Amino acid sequence: MSEIKLIREDGRRLDGRLPEELRPIKIEVGVLKRADGSCYFELGRNKVVAAVYGPRELHPRHAQDARRAAVRFRYNMAPFSVEERRRPGPDRRSVEISKVSREALEPVIIAEYYPRAAIDIFVEILESDAGTRTAGINAASVALADAGIPMKGLVSAVAVGKVDGQIVLDLMSEEDQYGEMDMPVAMVTRTNTITLLQMDGRVTMEEFDRALDLAIAGCRRIYELQRKALIEKYSESRAEEGGV
Amino acid sequence: MSEVLDEIRKDYLFNLVRRGKRIDGRGFHDFRELHIRTNVISKAEGSAWVELGLTEVLVGVKLQPGEPFPDTPDKGVIITNAELVPLASPMFEPGPPDENGVELARVVDRGIRESGALNLEKLCIEEGEKVWIVFIDVHVLNHEGNLIDASALGAIAALATTRIPCERYGLGNDEKLPVRDLPVSVTAVDIAGEVLIDPNLYEESAASCRLTVISNTDGTISAMQKGGTGGLSPEITKKTVKVAVECAKDIRENILSGVVASLEPY
Repeated sequence: MSEIKLIREDGRRLDGRLPEELRPIKIEVGVLKRADGSCYFELGRNKVVAAVYGPRELHPRHAQDARRAAVRFRYNMAPFSVEERRRPGPDRRSVEISKVSREALEPVIIAEYYPRAAIDIFVEILESDAGTRTAGINAASVALADAGIPMKGLVSAVAVGKVDGQIVLDLMSEEDQYGEMDMPVAMVTRTNTITLLQMDGRVTMEEFDRALDLAIAGCRRIYELQRKALIEKYSESRAEEGGV
Repeated sequence: MSEVLDEIRKDYLFNLVRRGKRIDGRGFHDFRELHIRTNVISKAEGSAWVELGLTEVLVGVKLQPGEPFPDTPDKGVIITNAELVPLASPMFEPGPPDENGVELARVVDRGIRESGALNLEKLCIEEGEKVWIVFIDVHVLNHEGNLIDASALGAIAALATTRIPCERYGLGNDEKLPVRDLPVSVTAVDIAGEVLIDPNLYEESAASCRLTVISNTDGTISAMQKGGTGGLSPEITKKTVKVAVECAKDIRENILSGVVASLEPY
């Protein structure tokens, strides 16, 4: 199907990765001073930043829920984040991504602690190279923890796909564009729960099963990095305050 | 008040499922009664009125010549839209599509597009200049649960019975729209560890999440979408996919094939 070869003779991918290898990941916690929690996340050439505000008062008031806080999520791409300038403002794609990303995080947020409040999550895609929704969820999950929102676990996300007939982890943009399948997955590693699952392409059931297992393994690796970034940040700040 | 009722209803449904039953007496993997009527709107080039239990959806297909996308100069264009009009449910409000409408349209679109059901190369009129734009419009009439499956079924049934209005635009005789596969969407919810296919409104609101799987004649999967604020275990996810592909086969062979006369070879 693909017009260009995506797997080289030596079995490596266009950027030299093995099929089950992630792109380099960089995580920085607490990068924005105004926000209650924030995280800068790089996945290969993807650069995203997430901020969390809240729990705070929810407006309009009729949107308040007497039983729990409302979780709101906004995924937004910067106009310069893609090859051809993107018109600012929400399009249908970002409306859908905002919805599924929120639903990927809601299972871990203990919203019952804050009735009538709002927990707002904002994700800005500064540079995009396939996998922005998963990078956004990873960043948002760390930003929620940084904001001190009570959570049942961290959410980690990664895409898997099929390129040149092979199931591979963490698609880059050429693989996303010319590959045969793209499947973003998010999960709570601690409880082994899948909280985001989307797929488009054409694969057999057997390939799907393998792809899901690979995605789960990828999420576990990302979880370790998220955890490490949070521990580093908070052991640093505790040292600064003079307490251990 | 309604919040309390929700909780009671949820409890009731869970207890039923534990005893191996569903609120409307169906088996866990049974669809509600499904009726599809095609060519119900004569002004549309294709249309399908779907009744899935009490859920009713009308899908219309319109075609008009237009410009192709620059990166696919020799391919037709699919544009899918869904309207959750306020007549269909007390929960729906007038206005531009909200996230639920957008999600519905995009999942229906993905199922059709990714399956390759529509042979888009055959919808090219003049490369780089003029191609057929296929508008799929989903109009929800009564929301009693599982709008995704009803809408996706309506979309493929309407497309498979659509005629390209060549005469109207001076492009020769009308032709059949080149449809070569029948993707079928099957949605399930997980209640008490059981996979319930085609959830009705009660089951949908009691479950914390749903999973949609759209599969093709050869058993391949073309689109998936998890929705809702809960999560799924990997085991339930894999089980749902298997059940969904079987259910899709059943619907394709027993219902869709009766509606659709013939398909193009893939």
